[in-house]
Amino acid sequence: MPGGWGTLHVAIATRAFRRYSTYRAATLAGIFTNSVFGIIYSFAYLALWEANPTAGGYDAQDAVTYVWLGQALLMTVALWGGGTTDDLAERIRTGDVAIDLYRPVGLVGWYLASDLGRAAYHFLTRGLGPTVIGLVAFHIALPASPVAALAFAVSLVLAVVVSFTIRFLVASTAFWLLDQSGVKVMSGAFAIFFSGMMLPLVLFPGWLGTLARALPWASYVQVPADIWLGKHAGGDLLAALGFQLFWAVVLLGACQGVLRLATRKVVVQGG
Amino acid sequence: MVEPAARHLRTYGQIAWLWIRAAWQYPTSFVLLAVGNGMITGLDFVGLWIMFAHLDRLAGFSLHEVALLYGSASFALAVADTAIGSVERIGTYIRTGRLDQMMTKPVPLLVQVCADQFTLRRLGRLTQASVVLAWACTYVDWTPLRALVAVSMLVSGGLVFFGLFVGFSCVQFWTTDATEFANAFTYGGATVTQYPLAIFPREVLVGLTFVIPVAFVNWYPCLFLLGRDDPSGMPEVFQFASPVAGVLTMAAALLVWRSGVRHYTSTGS
Repeated sequence: MPGGWGTLHVAIATRAFRRYSTYRAATLAGIFTNSVFGIIYSFAYLALWEANPTAGGYDAQDAVTYVWLGQALLMTVALWGGGTTDDLAERIRTGDVAIDLYRPVGLVGWYLASDLGRAAYHFLTRGLGPTVIGLVAFHIALPASPVAALAFAVSLVLAVVVSFTIRFLVASTAFWLLDQSGVKVMSGAFAIFFSGMMLPLVLFPGWLGTLARALPWASYVQVPADIWLGKHAGGDLLAALGFQLFWAVVLLGACQGVLRLATRKVVVQGG
Repeated sequence: MVEPAARHLRTYGQIAWLWIRAAWQYPTSFVLLAVGNGMITGLDFVGLWIMFAHLDRLAGFSLHEVALLYGSASFALAVADTAIGSVERIGTYIRTGRLDQMMTKPVPLLVQVCADQFTLRRLGRLTQASVVLAWACTYVDWTPLRALVAVSMLVSGGLVFFGLFVGFSCVQFWTTDATEFANAFTYGGATVTQYPLAIFPREVLVGLTFVIPVAFVNWYPCLFLLGRDDPSGMPEVFQFASPVAGVLTMAAALLVWRSGVRHYTSTGS
């Protein structure tokens, strides 16, 4: 990310936060739906951990906590895709992106700032809402220590950045395909499976588990959840955050690269 | 009664065909959408399979038995979602004024809403559900009565989800941006029924039987197909009652739909 992150980007993030906060009924409906799924998966996981009380190195409380963290992160990290990158895809389709390109502010930074604003709103509503319900109904575990809580916050921001870069790359396919929806659905399928949203990655056997834990999607749910659960400590904790940071930097670079390629194409098309 | 129904079905088919042709304007996207949807459901089943790498039985049910529950629930949802899943978007139609346009056309509103933006990409789920179901069926000890119950299960399950999709989408006549509320009952209902309902407390099972009757989508008929005793001790007659649940859900949904349309006032946009 080129330097110069300052008041402008904060202003963009604040606008995005306000924009998403206008959909109150949608937010309430979303918290309700996340909670219903939280309840369903909690009972499913309880049945699994009753049959195998140490599966994946988790105990039953870890497993249920993991379920509710997943529901809380679903919208914050935009697991299914979407978020502000949907605006980008639409502007590519209509050609309006040409205007964005000659603004005196980087396109990646612009959309990242607004996506962070969106994520902040979703975290405070659709993140905290289900977590409170999980706490009351299923007595989920709180962060293992103040260090774990702080590291979780850092990990969450990195999770949003990694997710943003992948969604940005997906939206960029519209430069070539005109329509991102097909790639978006496929990318969402991978994200749900490899993030640990569907099933904790600690349960994935053998090479599939090794692969899943090395791919960027592990940053979305598995890494923040393990930090919350206190599974990483000391140097291991730094390694977990470093893993997310690594993918964030690599993928931000990829976004800039793809944008440069695409810009050439837009000029050729004449916008 | 029969003649208008056939006419509505033909209209539905014509609108659906238009949307299929429109989707082909972006062939790459169309193919990726179908593959992507197949992948979501495919990986979903891989998840279940990974679960069984860590245990032999889930609440006393083997992988084959859970696959039967999973396949039948997924199949019923896929049929309903493919046929009328677009009804989820009523809120958008209200906001954009599209619903007003539809009301001026000489085709029943429900037919138009359900056929609108019809998409074959949902066939991915249908294919996956059929494969899982077919595999699970090879482990069933078939009798003529069981075959009959199986067919009635799939039809009734489809009807229950038809009802849930239409009924809960109607909430949007009152609050246009609460689309996701319906998901808790439609996709949530399908997720619940993928598991043996014995994993839930009895109160939940009672709710899934008498309030949101998704237990009839597959749980009760599958107990009969598998020749298992009901672990929750519900009346045995429930194992044959799926058609009743399907028709009742559908009837309730149509009533809600009618009151929703009557309540509807244009946003004027």
